[in-house]
Amino acid sequence: MRTIILKSASSYLLPVLLLFSVFILLRGHYLPGGGFVGGLVAAIAFVLDAFSNGLDKTKGILKFHPGFLMPVGLMVAFLSGISPMILADLPMMTGIWAENPIPVIGALGSPLFFDIGVYLVVIGSALTIIFTISESV
Amino acid sequence: MLGAVLLGFLFSLFLVFAGSYFRGKLAVLSSLIPLSLFIYFLTFLPEIANGKVIYENYEWIPSFGVNLSFTLDGLALLFALMITGVGSLVFLYTSAYLKDHKYLDRFYGYLSMFMAAMLGLVLSDNIMSLFIFWELTSISSFYLIGFNNDKADSRKSALTALGITGIGGLLLLGGAVLLGDVAGTYRISEMVMMRDVITDSSHYLLILLLIFAAAFTKSAQFPFHFWLPGAMKAPTPVSTYLHSATMVKAGIYLLFRMTPILNGDDIWHTILIVVGAVTMVYSAIHIIFRTDLKGILAYSTISALGILVFLIGIGTQAALVAAAVFIVVHALYKASLFLITGIIDHETGTRDVTQLSGLRKVLLPVAIAGFIAALISGGVPPTLGFVGKDLIYEATLHFKDAAIFLTVLAILTKILLFYGGFVAGVKPFMGKLPQKFEKLHLPSPLMWMPPLIMTFAGIVFGIFPGLIETAFAKPIAMTQVIEFEEFHLKLWHGFNTVLGLSAITITIGVILYFTLKPKHNLENAIARLDVIAPKDLTLKLSEGFAEFSRLWTNFFQTGYLRHYISVIVAFLILLLGYLIFSDFSLTLDFSTLADLTIYEISILLMLLMGVLYTVFTKSRLAAVAALGVVGLSFSLLFLFYSAPDLAMTQFSVDTLTVILFVLVLYKLPKYLNFSNKWLRIKHGVLSVSFGILITLLILRVLKEPKNAEITEFYAENAYKLAHGKNVVNVILVDFRGIDTMIEISVLIVAALGVFGLLKLRLKTRDKK
Repeated sequence: MRTIILKSASSYLLPVLLLFSVFILLRGHYLPGGGFVGGLVAAIAFVLDAFSNGLDKTKGILKFHPGFLMPVGLMVAFLSGISPMILADLPMMTGIWAENPIPVIGALGSPLFFDIGVYLVVIGSALTIIFTISESV
Repeated sequence: MLGAVLLGFLFSLFLVFAGSYFRGKLAVLSSLIPLSLFIYFLTFLPEIANGKVIYENYEWIPSFGVNLSFTLDGLALLFALMITGVGSLVFLYTSAYLKDHKYLDRFYGYLSMFMAAMLGLVLSDNIMSLFIFWELTSISSFYLIGFNNDKADSRKSALTALGITGIGGLLLLGGAVLLGDVAGTYRISEMVMMRDVITDSSHYLLILLLIFAAAFTKSAQFPFHFWLPGAMKAPTPVSTYLHSATMVKAGIYLLFRMTPILNGDDIWHTILIVVGAVTMVYSAIHIIFRTDLKGILAYSTISALGILVFLIGIGTQAALVAAAVFIVVHALYKASLFLITGIIDHETGTRDVTQLSGLRKVLLPVAIAGFIAALISGGVPPTLGFVGKDLIYEATLHFKDAAIFLTVLAILTKILLFYGGFVAGVKPFMGKLPQKFEKLHLPSPLMWMPPLIMTFAGIVFGIFPGLIETAFAKPIAMTQVIEFEEFHLKLWHGFNTVLGLSAITITIGVILYFTLKPKHNLENAIARLDVIAPKDLTLKLSEGFAEFSRLWTNFFQTGYLRHYISVIVAFLILLLGYLIFSDFSLTLDFSTLADLTIYEISILLMLLMGVLYTVFTKSRLAAVAALGVVGLSFSLLFLFYSAPDLAMTQFSVDTLTVILFVLVLYKLPKYLNFSNKWLRIKHGVLSVSFGILITLLILRVLKEPKNAEITEFYAENAYKLAHGKNVVNVILVDFRGIDTMIEISVLIVAALGVFGLLKLRLKTRDKK
């Protein structure tokens, strides 16, 4: 599967697709999208890169094992969940929001961080499963 | 009291670290633990004798009503003193009996663990903590029976004992939960007040049977008695302590405790009297056929336990007092006889009663102890055994039904017990000393003092039965019986029926002892009946069960993924099919459905083609690609029905799935074996019927009236409460955020599972 076309395309596609996945993640609050789909798209981006350039190169780009994204993501989601308890003395998972929206990102609040956590967990688990399987066959 | 219970556990924990110091000469110091507890409990004696009951409560799991509450009344004190008193002597005895054994510290650890558990059991006022201590005694008993763990015999006996008492423990848990549920409390002292509620409840019979099963397994009642002779594989101190003096009486204790709560109905009396009578006569007859000293003692212990159950079944005040006194009597003489047997075994190396004789010439103090123990066991005046025996006859003679019959049974048992006691306690010391035993010499006083102390106590209590009366018999009678009547324990009652019966018992016992000699051929004769004995039946049952489990497992666990999936699908079809067809009327109103557009028709065609191609293609990769087509068609369908979020997710998931399949399948060889026609038809029928079933299910769901409330709530509040316009996303990350949290955790677990499975396999392969 290592064709020249795919190889040259993928080196440009990886950053674009990653950017796109972040875009999907952020727009999720108002329009179709969100952390889950975003995470899947990011995972696909890496898998595509692994297809054309080989698994080892992709791992080189990542610098660390994708599995580490899972606890990090779970932690982010969990912290955003308990943040209202700590910051505003509200029940767990209550959304708390910044008063003014920030340009590009939009409204900033704890659900956004929760979604980021989901995004990281999805990338981590999808890549862990796929990398592990492709290493062992 | 909590400290008293925990002391034994702490000591066994301490031995884990400091055990090596307690293997040698220091081992004897271990007996300070039970001795100090014995003295501690003695200090309560005056208070309890005055009818006071001491309660202590420590919260443990208050939300479930499970607390460490302790109560000290006459019954608990009797058992506590017996546990710590016999315990002190057994601890002392062990230090000489197992001298320089390389695991002596371990033995003491188990022993003190057992003692603590047993203390906890008899002091517990909460039936849940009673259950926990009950199980702890079974577990420590398992380790003690299997102490000689290099012998297959010991291991097997330990397992049998654990199996039988463990099942009993589980039944006790069931009974305890039901009892707590009916009474509304887990405190035994409060249950007594709820007596009427419990006896009138519809669960009464079930509770009764569960509690009985627990007591009968623990106290070795017929037909569960067979674990006890097996348990005699344990070192003698264990047999003495657990399997005659204390643990086997836990069931008796439970029945005693339950008497004021559950004894309301005739069924309580009937079951206990029948089981107790069968046990006591059955195992008393067994004594005649035994030649192993420990075997004789084991069966006479079972018989004595039968007498206790029998007396509790009679349930009058006289019977309960008789039982309480008999518990003391039995502990004193049976523990002594076991210790004496241990000495004989230790010195001569045999326990075969046909080979032993004349040992009084070399082991005089032991012979004295054995003689007195036999007197107590036979109920010869002036020992406490005489008092105990009279009380038993008194109780049976005055029972309302079948008094004569029950008395005859009691006398028969007592005669055989008399015989058993004399064979074990007197016969080895009488007659001519064989040459091979002439060089024997007396062992350390640590071994022969304990039985001597106990037997002397038996005489002292016999001459002054008032000691037992004020200390135990009265306080127990006061708490156990509803209408307490004043009574007095006496050695001499004057000339009456009971005295006559006593005389008959002793006379026939003496005649039996001199005419009937233990012989091996008798033992062999009864061994032929083993085929129908409960022991062998149970063993066969358990072996059969293991075999059945193996077949059952092999049938379902084939190791083929396709087989698992077909089983799951078939089961779902049966279950859902039954549910749907038992209440189903298919009416599909086509007029309410929207018209099909050209897009939908073409997607449907695409889908069908994908499915057909997947099924019929001969290349794996092509099948995967076709499956991808099916998935993508679905995501298009989602898009048409205005679910863009779902479509996006379906699209990416499908992409990843196809990639996964390709990764795995790409490197596999081409199909070599195709499944045969029959298998394909089977799988086809399974898949098609599953598909039809799901379709029917969806049609059924559509018929349900729609509940728009939820939809409206989310649509209205998504922006108001959660600042979001995409309702799906808001539900995921805000309204139902905790669900999502759990889902991503599941995702992580799945990824870790894949990682662990494959990486572990890689490592073992690398090693090769």
